[in-house]
Formats: sequence, C-alpha cells, structure tokens
Amino acid sequence: MQKEAAIREPLILGHKTYHDITEDVCRPIEDKAPKMWYILFGIALIIGLYGVGCILYLLGTGVGVWGLNKTIGWAWDITNFVWWVGIGHAGTLISAVLLLFRQKWRMAINRSAEAMTIFAVFMAGLFPLIHMGRLWVGYWVLPIPNQFGSLWVNFNSPLLWDVFAISTYLSVSLVFWYIGLIPDFATIRDRAKKPLSKKMYSILSFGWSGRAKHWNRFELVSLVLAGLATPLVFSVHSIVSFDFATSVIPGWHTTIFPPYFVAGAVFSGFAMVQTLLLIMRKAMSLEAYIHTKHVEYMNIVIMVTGSIVGTAYITELFISWYSGVEYEAYAFLNRATGPYWWAYFAMMTCNVISPQLMWFRKLRRSLLFTFFISIVVNIGMWFERYVIIMTSLHRDYLPSSWSMHYPSPIDIGVYIGTIGLFFTFFLLFARFFPVLALNEIKSILKGSGQSYKESPDYHKNH
Amino acid sequence: MANKVIYVMYDDDGVLKDGAKKLVSKGIKIADAFSPFPIHGIDPIIGVKNTRLGIMAFIYGLTGLTLATIGMRYFMIVDWPMNIGGKPNFTYLDNILSFIPISFEFTVLCAAHGMAITYLLKNRTLPGMPAQNPDPRTTDDKFVLEIRTADNSMDEKELDKLIKDTGYIEIDKKNI
Repeated sequence: MQKEAAIREPLILGHKTYHDITEDVCRPIEDKAPKMWYILFGIALIIGLYGVGCILYLLGTGVGVWGLNKTIGWAWDITNFVWWVGIGHAGTLISAVLLLFRQKWRMAINRSAEAMTIFAVFMAGLFPLIHMGRLWVGYWVLPIPNQFGSLWVNFNSPLLWDVFAISTYLSVSLVFWYIGLIPDFATIRDRAKKPLSKKMYSILSFGWSGRAKHWNRFELVSLVLAGLATPLVFSVHSIVSFDFATSVIPGWHTTIFPPYFVAGAVFSGFAMVQTLLLIMRKAMSLEAYIHTKHVEYMNIVIMVTGSIVGTAYITELFISWYSGVEYEAYAFLNRATGPYWWAYFAMMTCNVISPQLMWFRKLRRSLLFTFFISIVVNIGMWFERYVIIMTSLHRDYLPSSWSMHYPSPIDIGVYIGTIGLFFTFFLLFARFFPVLALNEIKSILKGSGQSYKESPDYHKNH
Repeated sequence: MANKVIYVMYDDDGVLKDGAKKLVSKGIKIADAFSPFPIHGIDPIIGVKNTRLGIMAFIYGLTGLTLATIGMRYFMIVDWPMNIGGKPNFTYLDNILSFIPISFEFTVLCAAHGMAITYLLKNRTLPGMPAQNPDPRTTDDKFVLEIRTADNSMDEKELDKLIKDTGYIEIDKKNI
C-alpha cells in the first residue's frame, strides 16, 4: 500500500470498505434501470436511428445529398470526423498517460472515459467510411493483392496514414479497455443471481481467477499497453492534422497543426468526459468516488490545453502576417472578418476565453459551472474544425469560384444521428458494464480513502 | 493420506500478506494467492516470478516494424513505383519519411495485440471459460491463500496449527 501526503484530499470519500465499493458499482447494474434511463435511452435511440436512416439514404443516393459544391468538397463530414476523433482522445490519455505518471485520481474516471473514447472513435470512423459513397468497397483502403494490376494504396498519403492510425487507435483502445474490464466482469459474475446474467458475465469475464500470477501479468500488460498507447494518442491526432498540414491550401499548410490538434483533442475530450461524468455520478450515486477534486483536476487539464489551443490560434494569426505570404495572410483575414466571422467568433469565445475562467478556484470547483463550460468547449471545438475547414476552402485562388457552404438536411441528420448513437452506446455501457474500475479503486482505498487517511494509524507504520 | 488443498481465507490484504510471510518463514510452501485486486509485494513472498510478457511485446513490436518495412518497400518501391507529388522513391531510404507514420502505427498494433493475445492464452482466460477462483467472494472483498499438502513435508495437523496463528476467517479443505 502506498502512502500519500496527509494534506492531499482523499480520493474516496466516506467510510468505504472493499465490499462497499463492490456494492456501489454493481448496484446500478443489478437493480432495475430507473425510468429516466429508459427515457434517455429512447430519445438517444430515436435520434440515432434517424441518423442511420440519413446514412442509408446517402448510401442509396450518393454523396451529392450533402451540401457540397465544387469549391467546398469537404465540409461537415470531415469536421465531424475530426471533432469525434478529438473527443476520443481523453479516454486513452486518462488511462495511459496518467497511468505512466501514476496519477491515482484517474482510477475513478478511466473506465467510462475509455468507453467514451471507443464510442467516439466509432462515430469518427463512420464519416470517412460513408464519405466513400460506396461503403462496400471500403476494403480498398487496405493493401491487398488485387486484380487491377499492381494497384496498391498510396503509402505517401496522409489519408492512408489516417486509416492505419485510426484503426490501430480504435483496436488498441478497445483491448486496453477490455483487459481492465475482465477482473471487474468476474466480480459481477460471482455476484450474479439470475442464470442469464450469470451466463453472460461468465462469458465476458473469460474465467478470470484473480490469482497472484495473473495479477502480476495484468499489471505488466496494463503498463506496457499504457506505454504503447501514450505515443499512439499523440500520433493519431498528429496524423489527423497531417490530412490538412501536408496540403498546399492556405490556412492548412501549417507546421503548428500537429501539436495544436493534439492539445485541442485533449481539450475537447476532457470536456466531454466532464459532461458525461457529472451526470453519471449523480444518476448512479457515485459521488464518493468522483467528487469535486476529480472535477477540479480535469478542469486544470482543460485550462492548460485550452491555453495551448489559444496560443496556437494567435500564433497562427501572427505567422500568417509575418510570413509575408499574401494568400496565407488573406486566408486568416477572411477567417476573422469574412462571411464566416461568426464561426470564428464562436470558436474564439468558447475555446480561448472560457477555459481561462478556470483560474478561479471557486469556478473550477463548481460542478454546475463545469458542466456549462464543458458544453461550451465542445461547441467551440466543433466550430474550430468548421472554421479551419470551411474558411480555408470556400475562397480559393480563383475568385470566380468562391462559394459558401449550406448544410443539407442530410448533413445535419447524419451529425445529430452520430450524437444519438454515441449516447445510445454510452447508456448501454452505463447499464451493463462496471462504470468504475473496481479492482483499481480497491487498490487505492487504503492509501487514498478518507476513513483510512483520517485514522490515527495512517502514518504510524511507515 | 489423500492429498489435500487448503484454502485459507482472510478479509484483509495486509493480514494475508503478514500471514503468508509467517507461513513461508516456517518453511511452508504456498501454492497461490487469490485476491480481488493486485496485492503489491505478495509475489516475492510466495515465490511468483515476474512475467516475461514485456519481452514478448518487444518481439511482437519488432515483427510489426519488419513487416511494415518489407510491405511498404515492396508496394511502393519494388512492385510499382509511382511519382506522387515528386516524392523521391528510387530507394526505400529516399522515401522513408512518408513511411514513418505507418511503420510506427503497425509496430504498436502488433505489439499491443500480440501481447494481449499471449496474455489471455497464458492465463487461460478466454471467452466462456469456467471461473477459476476457489470462492466467489475472492472477486469481492476476500483474500485466499492456497496451500497444497503435497507440496509440503509437514502433515496436515502441523499445517493447521501454523495456519491458525495467521488470523484467517475461514478455512476450507478439498481432496484432490
């Protein structure tokens, strides 16, 4: 058991025992779902199905149903893709990077943050797939021997790098998440009373034993996966930014993109974690495990990454003038003062100003304020991608082909639909999976639990 | 005398660890420990060796890197070189900058999945396997030491006497 400084706020409040932790996490799974769950699930499912309908219509008709034109060939599809991938960065960052830094507060949030990551990457992956129009030839992105002569995919292209990056990220995150879930499924399996749930959790838990050798392997596998996932997180969004940065479009052709995209991704990912967890802790009465201190830590991450993003915006603006490239300078002038000024304004307000409010201790410890800011940040981050993509494309080198983008109902339907699907998956997760990493929480109970920290024996033996 | 396996149950990880230390110092061989979470420091006491899965991950990663290199060299340099944006492609080395992202991704892909699969196989934890823990409570809040009479030269009575001092809450014996 590791001891920590007495002045550090405890991570687990109240007088919990190991059994209490099991009870608190398993109760929502074993009890009947509350009415609210059914209502939310119903709404999310309807919106999700509407999105599926839009996608089917798109596949049946063609990509022309989107509001694209010959000047703007990439619009909401790639905006949504980058937005979702960005959101999908917090989970692995929390579980991998914070594991390497031995941050124990991660243990209360990593499980649900990783689930969120996986579902967000699902949603992200949908967009490149459906933008192919002919979904059934999607496998052409893989280098497989074929009958078209020596036709290989282009390994020089950032779009292909993206294919590898996203699929690696998705599958590695999934494995990382599941390996952590196995022991917790075993806990549910061993408590299950109904034969059906016993059977289901028995299959899911892979017959986990909890013997010393298995835990020894478990800890090493978690550590090595964290070590692998850490550079992976950074590489994925860097590669997403290469989609733009390696092109020669003014406004995209920028070396600052990779670090700035990664910071933006972490920024939006943490905001989404806050949105989900603030509701979840209340609905599932997990206030003892996810409390103000956890929220404060996350707000600090939001503040730091938000400041990086803000600095990047201003650097970009400065360099566009300082470079002396008139096309570059115009692209940015147009961004801020052109017909899309309102999107630029929304991005600046939501992403640069709002995180700075977190400097105030009162505000960053206020749950209501955090919830509000988390939504503001996610709106801002959507606008960031929209601004980068739309304003750089809509006025190209030839003024006669300047144009505006108006989203079609299908554009909007697909986007709203992915939000519905995302929440559908997340609600299912919250209903059937252990939302806290039981085994990890138990391992910090004696070191960071309130009742242990306050007991007179805490510092005696060490 | 039939060989027996003795399961000694504790309700605290600290008590189990102290108990295990005491038993081992008396020369008892402990076969295994079951717990709801990793008990740090139990491995050297009961003689569990450190896993070598890390080495396996390294080998899998190296395999991935090699495969990616061979593959991309064949596709882009040997089989059908193409002029893409004037990027030099006379040799693999000329074009290597473009190949770094995928080399990295594929290395991680192979290392992570290779290790995860090896981990599951070595543990014999696969979908649908029956539960391997001796008591369902060991995944909740109980901790169990497994001692086999076959491993120890002492007879059962002597073992019982020594175990008694370790502060257990339940004891269970099974013939094997």
